[in-house]
Amino acid sequence: MASSVSHSSNSNPNAPIPSSGEVSLPILNELRQIVGGHGLLTSPVDLHTYECDGLTNFRVMPRAVLLPDSAEQVQAIVRVCHRERIPFVARGSGTGLSGGALPVSNGIVLSLARMNRILEVDLPNGRVVVEPGVINLDVTGRVSPSDYFYAPDPSSQSVCTVGGNVAENAGGLHCLKYGFTTTHVLGLEVVLPDGSLVHIGSKALDMPGYDLAGVFVGSEGTLGIATKITLRVIKRAECIHVLMAAFDTTNHAGAAVSDIIAAGLYPAAMEMMDALSIEATEAAVHANYPKCGGLLLVELDGPTAEVEVNLERVEAICRQNGAWEIRLAKTAAERALIWKGRKAAFAAMGRISPNYIVQDGVIPRTSLPEVMDEINRMSAEAGLRVANVFHAGDGNLHPLVLYDARIPGQEEAAEGLSIKILQLCIDKGGSITGEHGVGEEKKQMMSKMFSEPDLETMQRVRCAFDPLHLSNPSKVFPRPRLCGEKPGRYTPHPLEAAGIAERY
Amino acid sequence: MGSTPSTQTASSLGQRLGAILGAEHVRPAMAEDAISGRPASWVVEPGSEQEVAGLLRFADESQLAVIPRGGGTKMGWGNAVERADIVLSLRRLNRVIEHAWADLTVTVEAGCSFAELQRTLARHGQRLALDPLWPEQATLGGILSSNDTGALRLYYGGLRDLVIGITLALADGTLAKSGGKVVKNVAGYDLPKLVTGAHGTLGIVTRAVFRVHPHPANTRTLTLHGGDPAQVQTVLLALLNSNLTPASVQVRVDEQMAPVLDIGLEGTEAGLSSQELRIRNIAQPLSVNVEPASHWGARQELWADPAPAAIAKVSVISSSIAGTLARISRLAAAQNAGWRAVFQATGLGWVRIEADGDRSSALLGDLRSQVRAEGGALVILQQPAHPKQLDAWGEAGDALALMHAVKQQFDPNRTLNPGRYVGGI
Repeated sequence: MASSVSHSSNSNPNAPIPSSGEVSLPILNELRQIVGGHGLLTSPVDLHTYECDGLTNFRVMPRAVLLPDSAEQVQAIVRVCHRERIPFVARGSGTGLSGGALPVSNGIVLSLARMNRILEVDLPNGRVVVEPGVINLDVTGRVSPSDYFYAPDPSSQSVCTVGGNVAENAGGLHCLKYGFTTTHVLGLEVVLPDGSLVHIGSKALDMPGYDLAGVFVGSEGTLGIATKITLRVIKRAECIHVLMAAFDTTNHAGAAVSDIIAAGLYPAAMEMMDALSIEATEAAVHANYPKCGGLLLVELDGPTAEVEVNLERVEAICRQNGAWEIRLAKTAAERALIWKGRKAAFAAMGRISPNYIVQDGVIPRTSLPEVMDEINRMSAEAGLRVANVFHAGDGNLHPLVLYDARIPGQEEAAEGLSIKILQLCIDKGGSITGEHGVGEEKKQMMSKMFSEPDLETMQRVRCAFDPLHLSNPSKVFPRPRLCGEKPGRYTPHPLEAAGIAERY
Repeated sequence: MGSTPSTQTASSLGQRLGAILGAEHVRPAMAEDAISGRPASWVVEPGSEQEVAGLLRFADESQLAVIPRGGGTKMGWGNAVERADIVLSLRRLNRVIEHAWADLTVTVEAGCSFAELQRTLARHGQRLALDPLWPEQATLGGILSSNDTGALRLYYGGLRDLVIGITLALADGTLAKSGGKVVKNVAGYDLPKLVTGAHGTLGIVTRAVFRVHPHPANTRTLTLHGGDPAQVQTVLLALLNSNLTPASVQVRVDEQMAPVLDIGLEGTEAGLSSQELRIRNIAQPLSVNVEPASHWGARQELWADPAPAAIAKVSVISSSIAGTLARISRLAAAQNAGWRAVFQATGLGWVRIEADGDRSSALLGDLRSQVRAEGGALVILQQPAHPKQLDAWGEAGDALALMHAVKQQFDPNRTLNPGRYVGGI
């Protein structure tokens, strides 16, 4: 989705993984046996396609790309990798914006693109079972004749895969009400990094044992490879209306958002754009947005009688907070045009700036006015423009730092500003990423957001799933934790039988 | 193993615990502190997260088993613990730390009762959209650890969808946070979900952050009578397949097999009335009454009768509810057992079996294998004292080894709730 982005100065994706094996010719032959000649790519021309994801400034050539078409093939490949200690990176469509699918130089890439079958549609129970290479929007396409939809809707939904969404816990415009990928993934078939196949979660809720699906979703490919995914699909609302309100500033629009929440209203989506984003979007897709300092888009859905009443309340709140133009989109076509502008916002930056960095910080929504003021101040200080697109309901900011790479020093200045904005999000009690993931790009920022014990505790999960660090190694965490020898399972002391007395 | 300590060492342990927490927060366990019939030795009440972590570290190094406890309402859930040296009560960690009402989040200590939290949230017209058992006594930490959700899960999701951050005290004394205070956050692994339903076997949750929702302006309960199980199943699926937005739907049924269906609506008066009208159409030929909200207490009422009985939680898919009720009815008839059940539209059900230990074990064993055969599960929450008690959890499937590996990483010495969880964890 995004075009050119920053390159981080504080990490080296080419650094070799300790104790990893070599992808020798005999091993390539063995892998070819698994996937067939057409399922193995090794020529530099073919490999170039896979050297980066949507974060294009990090590039690493993998040793080989494999295109399995079944869980059995994935399992066989991973078994070889485990035996030979070869690191592997799973990949969907490569639309990720944090370098999560960046290959490892001495490892292989497993593209799940050929595993793109929708295996089961069970509408009475609202369940769809898919392979990881299925395109996000195709799930909705399959169930929409019955008025169902798959709720997570990242802006890349027409090209990104469900498997990639699972890895990144993808979000979208409607997270506020409908939640994230993790809300809609109920069960997974996973090839673990040792090649074993496990089933976690189920079509039914609350299976006995730890919620491993909960921790797998959003683990950015570091815990294994999902080969089958059970999704929840939901019924489309009876009525969907979108209100667009123009304000003088984002702070005015932000005040309206606060009042909407305070009134107990719960919109399906609330999105905000500033003057610069509107300018870029208009130039790109002509959504016919009003020229203003702060544009608010509010989507309400539900039973018609409910939506009609609540729409009036939202409109009144916007007017009270200084909205000088309000438009309603009540038809699907009108709604589509409004959302088209918003969804195209990142790519539209190309119309007003040769280069830009997309960020993905999250703040408690109430700190928006101070954060916007601070971003404006830092932007002026750096002499760089920052456009703001904002999931106003859930506090997810997408500041777009605009720069010109041809001007010496600007790229570094843009990177510096971008990191300062993330630090600001952390300082306000927020997060460094709301939906794009940590990946390669933000792993050093993890230490700013979490303490050592926090990170060390997360890595315990990693060590349980992947003690050899073979599955997408060197992502997410600022430094790997050696899993080391597993402490022995507790066995009662012989004296214990005599009672607690002897135990200390 | 966790039996009564000798007087001398007991007092020396008491002194050491007192040195960590202050003597007034340590006392010898009494009969009512027993866990599933296994007596504990000491009850401690730390006053801070650091004290929880410090106590855990001491226990872990001393190879003492720790049993976390909130309101103590669900201590019998899970298998009997192997050892029970220290009951760690979260009673003193009971503050609502921050209700960021404009951000729709709340940070609360694990020992705060659900009802107390709701009273705080109500000051700003909000609530945690959850209907757990025994809300006056049950604490947020206990509710989270036991993954106890009610009928509101249909619309608002379960605990896994509502919890956004935790602080966790690990057995080795590590105090770690995961997630955060913002509803949207994908930085790092989602440990809040991992500990949801983990029954305290990975660490003790000392605080949690939840997303909250506005309190509904109006509510209405519609109760549908006069259908057989197949008709009720048809109406239930028609409801789920409509664009109506009930907050909660449950089926109540007993051994007479005359099920009733409750539908909980929330929203504006106009919205409720229009939904009611459409439900009356869908519900035919069943009769529809507006009835009291107290029907939603039916799940909790399964525990109301203190007579020995087995209670189990059943997980199936929504379309299997009537089929599962028919299985229960057949098995109960064969065992000459009385029974009652509450099934929610999500496919989660709670069933009470009134029979002695032999017959209820036989019934639940059969029901478990039938439910498992179609991809569901049955977890036993309570069963009569009986030499051949069933494992509370049943099989955990092919991921059990991975679950053991996770446990091994978080609590290698099996300090926390040893033996209580799935597969002997």
